[in-house]
Parts: sequence; C-alpha cells; structure tokens
Amino acid sequence: MKILYFAWLRERVGHGEEDVTLPAGVSDVADLIGWLRARSPGHEAAFAQGRLVRCAVNQEFATPDAAVADGDEVAFFPPVTGG
Amino acid sequence: MLTVRVQAVDFDIGAETAALTRGRADIGGIGSFVGVVRDTAAGDTITSMTLEHYPGMTERALTRIGESAMARFKLQGCTLIHRVGTLYPGENIVLVLAAAPHRHAALEGTAYLIDWLKTRAPFWKRECFQNGAERWVDAREADEAASGKWGLLD
Repeated sequence: MKILYFAWLRERVGHGEEDVTLPAGVSDVADLIGWLRARSPGHEAAFAQGRLVRCAVNQEFATPDAAVADGDEVAFFPPVTGG
Repeated sequence: MLTVRVQAVDFDIGAETAALTRGRADIGGIGSFVGVVRDTAAGDTITSMTLEHYPGMTERALTRIGESAMARFKLQGCTLIHRVGTLYPGENIVLVLAAAPHRHAALEGTAYLIDWLKTRAPFWKRECFQNGAERWVDAREADEAASGKWGLLD
C-alpha cells in the first residue's frame, strides 16, 4: 500500500511517501491510522491532532470507516486551504 | 467545455476568457473570480506564499467540482486554473470562469465553483513572513460554511 503525506503531516512524518504492507486486522482508515502512528515519534506527532487529519483513499475523500486494502493509495493531510 | 489546469506559471484572464467563448455566440455572460496573494495575515506582513497540492487527486477534484457546476447551473463552459509553487503578494493564485446564457447562472456558478474549490480541492498554503516565520494556513470554518450552503457536491 502506498501512503502519502502532505503539508504539515509530511513535515512531521519526515517524508511524503512510504510503501507499507498491511498487517492482519487493519481493514479501515481508523485501523490504519492506529497502526501508522506507532511507527515513529514523527508519525505519532503527525496523527496526534486527529481532528485536523483528513484522508483520501485512491484519491477520493474518505471517512475513518472507509475500507482499505493492499494496493490502495491512501493519503493523509490537513484540511485544504487552496483558492 | 470544462477546462481544468494546475500550473506554476501565471494565467492570462483575457486569453482564458477568449478560449472559453471561442467559436460560439450563444453565451450571454461570464462570471469570473480571481484569487490573489494578500500581503498581510492577521496583521503580519507576508513576503511569499507556497502552494502544495496532491497531484492526480487535485485534477480529479477540480474536474468533479466543474462537472457538478456545469450540471447544476446549466453552464455552457467553465474554467478552473490553480497555481502551485511559490507566489508573491499581488500575484494571481486561482481563476474561476463560468459561462451561461444569463447572469444569475454565471454568477452563482462562479460562487459555487470557488466555494467548493476552497473546501474540496487538495491544496495547502504555507505563508512566509517578513520576520522570517513560516506557517501553514489554517482552514477557516467560514469556508466550510460557504460550501455547505450549497448542500452536497453532487
């Protein structure tokens, strides 16, 4: 699975992209966040303000209960501020 | 015609308007919105702003917003151009054009497009200040409320 980070989530994690293999038991976005945040202090810092974290699965906005599976592209980022 | 572009270079409003109307005489009005980099934020002087985006998802999101506006307001065409990279005060950030037979659809379509763009297109602004500080711009609840008044993005 390809994980992407943007804006201050990217800065806190320390990189913008990582390839991960999902362990058994991770089946939705909420599970994935719980698993990712244990990977490093940077990940923990990135996900600590959960209210400010948005997610997209395969480039579509996704909620915490959205299913994820190996082969998906999952991105995490703050609320958008374009325009 | 729906035109969606993400680019580092500036856009020419006149040229984009001409491209939108070229070859057709059934358009009655064109609504436009141009977003520009301001030189202050909460009283602090801004020296530059850097826009990051999510390549791929950005174009998909802009296309969906454009298609939604075309259907809802029966637009004859619309243009969404957003710049990325480092921009300076006074520079253009975003262009929205909406063409319709009459003004209400053109103007409301323009507002719909920019309201959704600000809450559903994956761009992030980072401001650089005169005192050397840098800061990611926080999302504004007012923007969410503005897009929310249109209901759901079909």
